[in-house]
Amino acid sequence: MAKHSVIESTTELRRSPAAHLDQLMAAATVTGARAVALREIAFATQVSLRAVPGSAGHQALAQATGVGLPEKVGQVAGEVSGTAVLWLGPDEFSVFNAAGEDLSPTLEAALAEHEGQVTDLSANRTVLELTGQAASLVLRKSCPADLHPRSFAVNQAITTTLANVPILLWRTTENGWYLMPRASFTEHVVHWLVDAMNEFASEPVI
Amino acid sequence: MMLIDCPNCGPRNETEFKFGGQAHVAYPADPHALSDKEWAQFLFYRKNPKGINAERWVHAMGCRKWFNALRDTVTYEFKAIYRAGEERPALQSTDGGTR
Repeated sequence: MAKHSVIESTTELRRSPAAHLDQLMAAATVTGARAVALREIAFATQVSLRAVPGSAGHQALAQATGVGLPEKVGQVAGEVSGTAVLWLGPDEFSVFNAAGEDLSPTLEAALAEHEGQVTDLSANRTVLELTGQAASLVLRKSCPADLHPRSFAVNQAITTTLANVPILLWRTTENGWYLMPRASFTEHVVHWLVDAMNEFASEPVI
Repeated sequence: MMLIDCPNCGPRNETEFKFGGQAHVAYPADPHALSDKEWAQFLFYRKNPKGINAERWVHAMGCRKWFNALRDTVTYEFKAIYRAGEERPALQSTDGGTR
C-alpha cells in the first residue's frame, strides 16, 4: 500500500516564476559606480479591479482599497511599502501588496452587487526588482517609454514593453524599478535583463 | 520611431499600438436583409485613399483601449486623434501632425 499524506497547505508547495533563476540573478549583480542588481519579489498580492469611474462600484472599490483609486495614466494610489493601486486603463486597476495579504475578500465584499469586477491575479504576473545607478540605463536598452524623471517620477507606473513583451513598470525609488512581466514571460525577461546588465560590470568603452 | 498620442496614455511609441482598419464601418442593422454582394461589401471592401484616412487603432501594450485617428497615408502623419464613438473631426488644415 502506498503511503498517503494529506496536504495541509499549498503555501509550501508553490513555486514563484523566477525561483529557479535566483542564483543567475544574484551572480549578475554589478557593484561600483554603475551598480545594478536584480531580484524577484515572490508571491506579492495583485488584484485586478474593473470599474468605470463615476459608477457606484468605482466609489465602493475606492473606499475599500484604503488608498483610493488612481485617476489617470502613471498615477499610483498608495505606497510600495503598503497597499498600492496602479492605473492600467481608464476602468482597469491593479491592487498591489508586497506582503501578500489576501485582499480579495474585502474588495469583493465592497463591490457586492455593483457593476465591476474583482479578480485575484497574483499568479498572473511576478515582480522583479531592478535597482542601482545603472538600472534606468539597463531598461533604456529596450523599453520605448520615456524614463526621464521629468516625465516618469518616483511612484509612477505605466504599462509598456520590455524585450518585446508587455510589462507593468513602476518606479519605486529614484534608482529602483518594479517590473511585472506575465509569469510565462518571466524567464525570458530575466535572461534578457541579466544579459543587458552584463556590460555595466566592465568599464565604459568610451 | 514614431509617437502616437493615445487619448488615455499620452504620446507612446508606435510599437505599443496595433492598426485596426478603416473606422466608421457600422454593422448592418439587419444582416439577413442584405444580398450576398452587400454582405461582401460590408465584410471585405474598404477604402484605400491616398491622403487622409479615418482608421481604428488600439493601444495594445498599454491601456488596451480602441480609438480613432485621421492619418495621412502618404506621409504617415497622424492629423487628429479622437475617441471611439465620436464624430470624425473636420480638419482645418492638412499641414503638420505627428509622425
